[in-house]
Amino acid sequence: MLGYLLKRTAAAVPTVIVVTVLVFAMIRAIPGDPASLMLGDIDNPALLANMRHALGLDRPVGEQFMIWVGHALQGDLGMSIARREPVTHLVLTHFAVTAQVVLTATLLACLVAVPAGMVAAWRQNRRADTAIVSTSILFVSMPSFWVGILLIWLFGVKLNWLPVYGFESVLQGGLGAAKYLVLPVFAIVLTEIAAITRMMRASTIETLRLEYVAHARAKGLPEKRVMLRHVLPNSFGPTLTVIGLMLGHLLSGAAVIETVFTLPGIGRLLVESIYARDYPVVQGCLLFIALLYVAVNLVVDLLYPLFDPRVKLQ
Amino acid sequence: MSGFKHTNAVLGGFLVGAVVLLALVGLVYTPHDPLEGDLLARFSPPSAEYWLGTDEFGRDVLSRLMAGAGVSVAVSVFSVLLALVLGTTIGVTAGYAGGWVDRGISVLVESMMAFPGLLLALGIMTVLGPSKWGVVLALGLAYSPSVSRIARGAALSLRQRDFVIASRATGHGGLWTVFRHVLPNCVAPLLIFATSIFGSALLAESALSFLGLGVPPPLATWGGMLSESRNAMDQAIWLAVFPGAMISLSLLGINLLGDAVRDRLDPRMRGVMA
Repeated sequence: MLGYLLKRTAAAVPTVIVVTVLVFAMIRAIPGDPASLMLGDIDNPALLANMRHALGLDRPVGEQFMIWVGHALQGDLGMSIARREPVTHLVLTHFAVTAQVVLTATLLACLVAVPAGMVAAWRQNRRADTAIVSTSILFVSMPSFWVGILLIWLFGVKLNWLPVYGFESVLQGGLGAAKYLVLPVFAIVLTEIAAITRMMRASTIETLRLEYVAHARAKGLPEKRVMLRHVLPNSFGPTLTVIGLMLGHLLSGAAVIETVFTLPGIGRLLVESIYARDYPVVQGCLLFIALLYVAVNLVVDLLYPLFDPRVKLQ
Repeated sequence: MSGFKHTNAVLGGFLVGAVVLLALVGLVYTPHDPLEGDLLARFSPPSAEYWLGTDEFGRDVLSRLMAGAGVSVAVSVFSVLLALVLGTTIGVTAGYAGGWVDRGISVLVESMMAFPGLLLALGIMTVLGPSKWGVVLALGLAYSPSVSRIARGAALSLRQRDFVIASRATGHGGLWTVFRHVLPNCVAPLLIFATSIFGSALLAESALSFLGLGVPPPLATWGGMLSESRNAMDQAIWLAVFPGAMISLSLLGINLLGDAVRDRLDPRMRGVMA
């Protein structure tokens, strides 16, 4: 087990290095000079040269990269041009908002979808299965930003039950702040439930066909025990991968849902910084998001053998 | 095929067909000009003149939806094709070759996949500038790592299968074995995945336009229309309802049709995926 753990972790190192290079290269590929951008309309070559020197833009690209990595390793991602704040602080505070929304939504989605997928598989082609399958196909087809807009219209504008924009951290505002979470979480949950249910149903059906399940039933185990003890662990593996990928995408790509609900999350910070050509923030966001995604996938990989011990042997 | 499955396949085919037809008709005919509005008819609710109402500039929503269908269908089809060609080539090469080739490609693919699809697309759009073909290139590149991962996984497991080993043992070359035995067996997982990214591509195009970073105005896009609808939510909710419904119905059609195609193509998967 320890060998698998070390091997998997070591395998992530090259990815991290390539990701770092890619982020740096991507920002360099964007046309425009950050120094002249920071100066705005001021047309002064001496000032521009000073600024370029201060930002290290007059050094060789390789040296710029090493300096950037060196600072990043110490937790310093530079200063925001537009907001005049340390990028690390901006990234972390905005990420905290995204994390609250996304983790709550994913947890709720799993609580509904995993049992739903198993029930659908267990009652395959019966009425319960048809109902679950139809509902999940319908939900998976509705974009979360559309659902979000309709939810805002119904519960915010028409019924006036919930706030339509703004955010207050649950950590600071307590339960009262949870009202800001309800609509965005609900909009994400609806679409995520569908994907998890479909995957869970598919892998459960595969597992149910295996001989050891027939054997467990033949020796007279109650159906509940067969499903929970024998089928669930074996069919959860593929679903876990889907959940991991989904979580990574949500943690990073929640830009759209954050725009709909005007949440100050990391996705919106990134999009706004792209508009504002605030390169240090764009760079910091990209790096943070990409490394986070690598970490989530690594955790999923490390958890995988718990559900499917055969994985370790490969 | 059970009655439920059959109904779904027919419904999926009908929806996809309807969207494609709408897109084609929209190329040559729209009831009103999708770009020019009648300022006297701003925010008209659905009526005999304007079936789906008008927006804040008095532009006909139905005409704009028809024009937007063309953009969405074209962008999705071409970006999925690009992703499939790129991803399958890379993935099958890695999975079948194994060894250092696989390790090298995998590190690159994993690193590309560390950028969620929309993010990579955003980066590419920033460099290229917003345009229809920019979105195709961005989405095609963004989805190809996931395609290659699926193709690699399939090729990797097939490499150890008896019929592949037998093909090599009887003296067939690597390329023959790949085309005759490996690729056909990759089709099912790839097609299942292709239908899902086809839907994702359509969704991502809408999302990019919604964020104002996709196909630029004045071209009508479903995502762009949804974004504009937010300003007038309290007085003209139809502006949000119809574009969103178009996206949802298209995705529903793609999902249903994708399931049906999968059932037909891969007997092993019959009834497994819902």
